[in-house]
Amino acid sequence: MSKGIISDDRLSSLSNEEIARYSRHLLLPQIGLEGQERLRAAKALIVGTGGLGAPLALYLAAAGVGTLGIVDFDVVEESNLQRQIIHSTRDVGRPKVASAADRIRAINPGVNVITHNTRLTSENALGIIGDYDVVADGTDNYQTRYLVNDACVLLGKPNVYGSVFQFEGQASVFSAKEGPCYRCLYPSPPPPGLVPSCSEGGVLGVLPGIVGTIQANETIKLIVGGGESLVSRLLLFDAWEMRFRELKLDKDPGCPICGRKPSIHGLIDYEQFCGLKPDHAEAPVDAIEAKELKTRLDAGDKIQVIDIREPHEQAIAPFPGAKYIPLGQMVRRMDEFDEKVDSVFLCKIGQRSIFAIRALREAGYQGRLLNLRDGVGAWARDVDNNMPKY
Amino acid sequence: MAKILIPTALRAFTDGKSEAEAEGKTVGEVIAAFAAAYPDIARHLYDEEGRLRSYVNVFVGDENIRGFGGLDAPVKDGETVTLVPAIAGGGAGRA
Repeated sequence: MSKGIISDDRLSSLSNEEIARYSRHLLLPQIGLEGQERLRAAKALIVGTGGLGAPLALYLAAAGVGTLGIVDFDVVEESNLQRQIIHSTRDVGRPKVASAADRIRAINPGVNVITHNTRLTSENALGIIGDYDVVADGTDNYQTRYLVNDACVLLGKPNVYGSVFQFEGQASVFSAKEGPCYRCLYPSPPPPGLVPSCSEGGVLGVLPGIVGTIQANETIKLIVGGGESLVSRLLLFDAWEMRFRELKLDKDPGCPICGRKPSIHGLIDYEQFCGLKPDHAEAPVDAIEAKELKTRLDAGDKIQVIDIREPHEQAIAPFPGAKYIPLGQMVRRMDEFDEKVDSVFLCKIGQRSIFAIRALREAGYQGRLLNLRDGVGAWARDVDNNMPKY
Repeated sequence: MAKILIPTALRAFTDGKSEAEAEGKTVGEVIAAFAAAYPDIARHLYDEEGRLRSYVNVFVGDENIRGFGGLDAPVKDGETVTLVPAIAGGGAGRA
């Protein structure tokens, strides 16, 4: 008989050193010798070593998970250090998996760390995930979340989910054998750019620490085989109001991958699915380069420059001469624009500004609308080197 | 009157408010009244055909409305309607 996701034939006795190290676990009857043996036998994959992956990796290593795989293709950047506590200042510029592997080994030399310094793709996901017992998803984009979900459903692996934005987090356990999967909750993703990413919208540094730690807790329970898991429950956390809420999740019988009559039997093209490839249905938005805008402004061209960022964001790097209209007020303040004059829209990276333009078009605005390509970041790079980059 | 809980991702369209109140006997009526008070939020909740977008889940109490008639699900006076859009952030775990 086996409990949880680790079969009994994989268990063997702990050494005296291991008994000393894991004493506080062994004292818990819910874990005990057997639970700790299951942890040592377990192979867990952490997808992404960012804000969520950092506490996940640190706690799973400390807990004695025998094999920890980590997937990430990125390098450590200075702006990561505010929350990605597995990486240090001296690691800036190193591959994240290398930096994370060093920390894991420093915490617990007994852990076998397997680094996957690659992007998880439809080509490699089944091969990578297939070697593990459980997956913890700490990625930062929709296409990888759907990829991880689908691969886990197809392989029958539990997927410990966590996600963060600004002050708000979500956590659940998607285990299609017993409950819903990610697609049951969200059949399709929002169009790209509609929900700002953490690099645009910001994230409280502690938030992924809390949510990632919840994921580590759920991962340990799945391995040990006890407690009440977050299967069929969605935990919402608001760090600013300090409130947890719990919602019921049901399996969707019509789910295209885990429902009664699935239509997805293999991995698909997730860039396409998430709308990241050019969509002919939506009319393209005209762009203007930072240097060209500078030239036209210097020449005295009549242009309305609209900064759609939030006030606190404008304060970091103000754009001279721009009219401030936050994205959320665009349509209701449409009559403040002159349709006879070209309008240039700008934000941090030139993504939300596209939505401002589309919203105005949908609302019937007739004037010419241009998007500042790559946003104020491009202005700071190509025109004004004194402007802070954030 | 129902209480609507607004997630962070949509607060840019509600002048930063995290809660709102709206009248209605069904989820559809409550959300329509809410969207009328904050017109910029409408395109984030409804698609071009006026259906609720699939990346926004709506819960009344702790139950997803999908199993209770969708927008026709009844809302009692004083109940809480929670909007739960998909968020993808992992604190930049790039994989």
